[in-house]
Amino acid sequence: MGIVLELEKITKIFPKVIANKDVDLKLEQGEVHALLGENGAGKSTLMNCLYGLYRQDGGKIYVRGEEVTINNSDDAIKLGIGMVHQHFMLVPELTVAENIILGLKSAKEPLLNLAAAEKKIKALSDKYNFGINPKDKVRTLPVGIQQRVEILKVLYREADILILDEATAVLTPQEVDELFKVVKKLTKEGKSVLIITHKLEEVMALSNQVTVLRDGEVAGNVRTVDTNPTELANMMVGREVLFEFEEKEMDLKEVYIETKNLKVVDKKGVTRVNDLSMKIHGGEILGIAGVDGNGQNELAEAITGMIPFQEGSVVIKGVEKTKLDVRDVYEQGVSHIPQDRHHTGLVLPMSIKENLVLTDHYLEPYSNKGVFNKDVVDEHGAEMIEQYYIKAPDAGVPTRELSGGNQQKIILARELCREPDILVAVQPSRGLDIGATEFVRQKLIDQRDRGAAVLLVSTELEEILQVSDRIAVMYEGEFMGVVKNGEASISEIGLMMAGTRRSNIESQGEVE
Amino acid sequence: MGEDNKKSLGFASRINWSGIVTPLIGIALGLSVGAIFIWSQGVNPLHAYYYLLEGSLLSWASLSGTLVKTVPLALTGLAVLYSYKSEIFNIGAEGQVYMGAIGATIIGINFPNVPAPLHILMVLVFAGILGGAFAFIPGYLKAYKGINEIVVTMLMNYIALYFLSMIVQGPLKEPDSFFPRSVPLVDTAVLPKLFGSHLHIGIVFAVVLAIFLSWFFRRTTTGFKMIAAGHNPNALHYAGVNVKMLLTKVMVVSGFIAGAAGAVEIMGVHGRLIENFSIGLGYDAIAVALLANLSPLGVLLSALFFGALKTGANSMQISTGIPVSFVYMVQAMVILFVVASKEMPRIIAIYNKRRRVKKNG
Ligand SMILES: Nc1ncnc2c1ncn2[C@@H]1O[C@H](COP(=O)(O)OP(=O)(O)OP(=O)(O)O)[C@@H](O)[C@H]1O
Ligand SMILES: [Mg+2]
Repeated sequence: MGIVLELEKITKIFPKVIANKDVDLKLEQGEVHALLGENGAGKSTLMNCLYGLYRQDGGKIYVRGEEVTINNSDDAIKLGIGMVHQHFMLVPELTVAENIILGLKSAKEPLLNLAAAEKKIKALSDKYNFGINPKDKVRTLPVGIQQRVEILKVLYREADILILDEATAVLTPQEVDELFKVVKKLTKEGKSVLIITHKLEEVMALSNQVTVLRDGEVAGNVRTVDTNPTELANMMVGREVLFEFEEKEMDLKEVYIETKNLKVVDKKGVTRVNDLSMKIHGGEILGIAGVDGNGQNELAEAITGMIPFQEGSVVIKGVEKTKLDVRDVYEQGVSHIPQDRHHTGLVLPMSIKENLVLTDHYLEPYSNKGVFNKDVVDEHGAEMIEQYYIKAPDAGVPTRELSGGNQQKIILARELCREPDILVAVQPSRGLDIGATEFVRQKLIDQRDRGAAVLLVSTELEEILQVSDRIAVMYEGEFMGVVKNGEASISEIGLMMAGTRRSNIESQGEVE
Repeated sequence: MGEDNKKSLGFASRINWSGIVTPLIGIALGLSVGAIFIWSQGVNPLHAYYYLLEGSLLSWASLSGTLVKTVPLALTGLAVLYSYKSEIFNIGAEGQVYMGAIGATIIGINFPNVPAPLHILMVLVFAGILGGAFAFIPGYLKAYKGINEIVVTMLMNYIALYFLSMIVQGPLKEPDSFFPRSVPLVDTAVLPKLFGSHLHIGIVFAVVLAIFLSWFFRRTTTGFKMIAAGHNPNALHYAGVNVKMLLTKVMVVSGFIAGAAGAVEIMGVHGRLIENFSIGLGYDAIAVALLANLSPLGVLLSALFFGALKTGANSMQISTGIPVSFVYMVQAMVILFVVASKEMPRIIAIYNKRRRVKKNG
């Protein structure tokens, strides 16, 4: 087979950080090569150098044995390199086909040749079982499908070296399985794949070889068959990561948050949350499992006041309301870790310390009569960076310059440092490395132990099972069942996620 | 636009070099291309520029003339900058200035018995309210209905322009006068002059406002919210801020400043309402804000630059025959170059690449 791609002593220096230092990497043809490393280890930067988005400051890149200079993504594409980015780069208002041909020359230049493109896309989509309609507007597609569009975009350009940067972070388990099938098919065809992921089981299941980065340097390179998750975690973090949380019998406090027959209809008239009632006591974590897009996010946004609800009511600490205001809810002690950090959670061009006071900016001690206390805000920034292990040169750098995982930690720091009574956390560990994921889950448990009511929305069943006291499974806007953690088997939960009510499962007797 | 400048607001102490260098490059290039034009007219560009400089800055008489022109440019430039910080493009400063001028006249020709400082304040506030109310319409439409503010403000400029014409030929017209103009303001509403020249106290207003805004955008929560709203309104909504209300208010305040700028022109320069008294000021102000890279203190300098161009143009025309309209060409070119030079790093990268390819190939 042979080596299709070789990176030799790649170094990339940003004004205040050395993101990559003398990184070597060899990609064998027809193989999957996993790139592992903590948040901010330099994975995305390395791939961006390879894809021509950054120019490396030192080192060489060889493609199929020849040294190449890659100045921009056009160069990369010409060399057969394609990349699916950690944060998608699709234009929501355009159709799938339009997105895919964006930036390409058409055969009928200067006219578009959309029909031909659509045909080719349809053929590709069929070949890999993507089930994509080229005429759909990207805006209307769920995340999992959007990602397939990104992959199609790369395949359309006839790439044979694919880079997938945290491709699985936003996918449901089923979607991950589908993606893996695609990747396997691609490698069978002789294409080579570089994947970045934080999930060790995925590395074990999919890759042939692993390179681990730590603080921008290669910490190890092994064949997957010769290693195991514990060793990989050790290489990455420098310690063992256990995901063992202390079980604690909590005395439940009174109900902190409750919904009564809540109904949320979105702008298009689709019912997202349907007649939903639930209660969460202080001192417990209710985990909401379910396939992405079944109304979990709308539920979270409705009870935090971000979107209106049409029927029913929300009771926060005994006060029942049929209409909520974000600021009001916030002042009742509700913190919200939103689903999408770039869309909602952060103002990317602004500094870390400014983002850290985004929700609290109007309160003392951060400001006084509308004027910031600069020193307090500065200090707070420095403190949070330390407490939440945010990897950044200082609190004054724009949030945009941080790695994805470290951006997420800013939101966590902001929402948890105020010790909320009620925490609504949507995908809180999305994009975090294993060390940080463990840290976040521990933080959720700490909130509960402090007596807070926690609503955790996650499409990762593992996360739900690890930390929840009770589990609700949501399907098409309704709870299929609510169980104590441990009461239902994983396959029962799986059935509920697919839309079977718990009562039906029981009446069918043993399912295991 | 102004990206570099905006992200380092808040509490950053870093000096924004590109924000200083870029405008200087723009000016240098604008003047260079202008020089070619002058030369093609058979005039030595150095001569022409010397007269431009002499007529605008080198004597007290010319400098004070320049400063008089600087005041409305700076004040209106700050009005444009204010809404620009939230990514709202107020092309309507022009119309808001007119509305302010009308308001200023209504108050300024009445109330002869009020003490001068109070009278001036009343004029400023009332003019500001009219300007703000006029800006409320596009602001509300933008924030609550999603209607493009550029189109609305631009069209509303015509409403203001013709409304002003109507007013000075009708209700506010000086009886028995041949010209379309109002009666003079009462003495208490005329801005005091400085150093025995035409320069009036409006220059102090402009400087104070620029310093205030510079502090405002760096240190206040409202300034913070405004900038954040420009970058990511969703995040601000998530943070519990009523973004629609905020953006509407931003537009109203922008209009208030523009309206007050119109009042300063009436009180400081003309002493009465005159038809077409400030044609194009609102558009020049956009150039001023752009050249300043959206820095409030920078607005003072860029207003001074444009003020000097306008003032020096006359002496250049008298001495060399280069027409006054030449400076408008330079003004436009400077802005083009400033906008273009933000793309410079990218262009250089492409150029380098081409060269490398040539060498290798
Ligand atoms: N444009 C930039 N300017 C300055 N520093 C940057 C920039 N991009 C990345 N960095 C820094 O380089 C380092 C590596 O970042 P990178 O995004 O490559 O990490 P990563 O391994 O992909 O992390 P994650 O798993 O969180 O996505 C980080 O310290 C980051 O702050
Ligand atoms: Mg990354």
